[in-house]
Amino acid sequence: MGVLIIAEHNNQTLSASILPVVTAAKQLSNKITVLVAGHDCVAVADAVSRVEGVTQVSLAQAEYFQHHLAEELAPLIIKQVEDDIEYLMAPSSTFGKNLMPRVAALLDVAQISDIINIKSADTFVRTTYAGNVLATIQTQDPIKVITVRASAFEPASHGDKQSKIASITVTPKTGLSTFHAREVTKSKRPDLNTARVVVSGGRGLGNAENFKLIEEIADKLGAAIGASRAAVDGGYISNDHQVGQTGKVVAPELYIAIGISGAIQHLAGMKDSKVIVAINKDPEAPIFESADYGLVADLFDVLPKLCVALGK
Amino acid sequence: MKVLVAVKRTVDANIHVRVKQDGSGVEDANIKMGINPFCEIAIEEALRLKEANMANEVVVVSVGSKVCEDVLRHGLAMGADRGILMETDQPLQPLSIAKVLSSVIHTESPDLVIMGKQSIDGDNNQTGQMLSALLGWPQGTFASKLDLQNNQIFVTREVDDGLETLALSLPAVVTTDLRLNQPRYLSLPNIMNARKKTINVLNVDDLNIDIKSRLRTLEVHEPPKRSGGVKLNSVEELVDKLRNEARVI
Repeated sequence: MGVLIIAEHNNQTLSASILPVVTAAKQLSNKITVLVAGHDCVAVADAVSRVEGVTQVSLAQAEYFQHHLAEELAPLIIKQVEDDIEYLMAPSSTFGKNLMPRVAALLDVAQISDIINIKSADTFVRTTYAGNVLATIQTQDPIKVITVRASAFEPASHGDKQSKIASITVTPKTGLSTFHAREVTKSKRPDLNTARVVVSGGRGLGNAENFKLIEEIADKLGAAIGASRAAVDGGYISNDHQVGQTGKVVAPELYIAIGISGAIQHLAGMKDSKVIVAINKDPEAPIFESADYGLVADLFDVLPKLCVALGK
Repeated sequence: MKVLVAVKRTVDANIHVRVKQDGSGVEDANIKMGINPFCEIAIEEALRLKEANMANEVVVVSVGSKVCEDVLRHGLAMGADRGILMETDQPLQPLSIAKVLSSVIHTESPDLVIMGKQSIDGDNNQTGQMLSALLGWPQGTFASKLDLQNNQIFVTREVDDGLETLALSLPAVVTTDLRLNQPRYLSLPNIMNARKKTINVLNVDDLNIDIKSRLRTLEVHEPPKRSGGVKLNSVEELVDKLRNEARVI
């Protein structure tokens, strides 16, 4: 019984979010097909076909797949399920979160969201209550729709061998929704989801101008920038930097939380990081309970010194 | 235009939940409960549409046991016109909730459904998408801005690399993200006033819908606690530890 993974991409490049999904899929089956649906996206199919563990690539191209609208992709995915597919998997990025429940409902099966571990063919572990409770879930559905937390599985590597790419028949356009605009935050820094080091700022920074102090530290370390909800709500930085229960869940080697108190909703997004550093002037801040190294100090005093010390 | 808002009763967002000793679930006795924060944002947005004369009725719906009336009253106190409780004592999963809501929608025929993107207990982030699939409607998930124009709704969505705006034909389902709005506080007169508003109670068992659970929770446990770290005295010490002890920079 096979796995069908839905690839996330921008029609030119494959998102790295699929690589941990392939690793998870390998624990369930050795027949792994990846569906690349988009517009003019042969290059993506080519990249997928070289991912270690992928046995086949299905390529579906149409102008109305360009923006990966759930209304257009869901019928296409359902049509692929006929052929011996037991698992439908996608990353639990906003792409997967938006799409997969629509697919599950059309198949009349439950979805298992954001898994962090696979116990057996039908039993999975996922987090609930902002990561404070781990639940072991068994499904009785014949088809298992699953989204995978990227930071919980090692990324599959790119191999030399290329698997077969088959073009598939597309489903007709539904036209229920139309793409209107996209504002992509451009950054030369590493991607927050996959960065080795993340430097995050919170309410303690006070305003957008001060948040630049975080950027300086991040650049010294070649790190991605994260933020607490308070910092995003305050307009210090854009929403795509939010780490937490409702933002991104990251697990870098080093996470530096600056001016972040450590609400449970924020901890849910970063507490699986290997090493956590907290800098906060409030010695009672809950973030210190999760930090390996804590510095009780005024961040405006510390950050310039840290910048100098890292530069050495 | 009629707007229907689906709301869920959850544990209060500031409560740190504990797992029961036997691992069968979380401690729910004497825990402060309330409206799921994302659902409150959904009600607020519906009310703003009404106050801008773009909607004429806001109906709040909840699926659950009798106690869920309190979150419906919360919605009514915010300003919703009436409530519907789809009563059941079974804990329902997202697919079943979507099916129950879809049956309510067939009766109520709203032009727009607004609901939270996820509940802070299950963290599933599924019900809105499932509901729109069952209805064959478009979906606008993780919304941070809505703009209603001529039988179309423009939904700005918070996505991983920024913001995306979609145009949806109505009727549609929209799920709310945190930055869509700041919900209003309840005033005492409005709380009193809400007591006079109607809540219709219907029994889920009368609907003839398959709400059998497909998923079984075998066990729950708390994640391993991080061992408390050390407090350092200076930046130099911190950089030294990161370089020579943790070896991460």
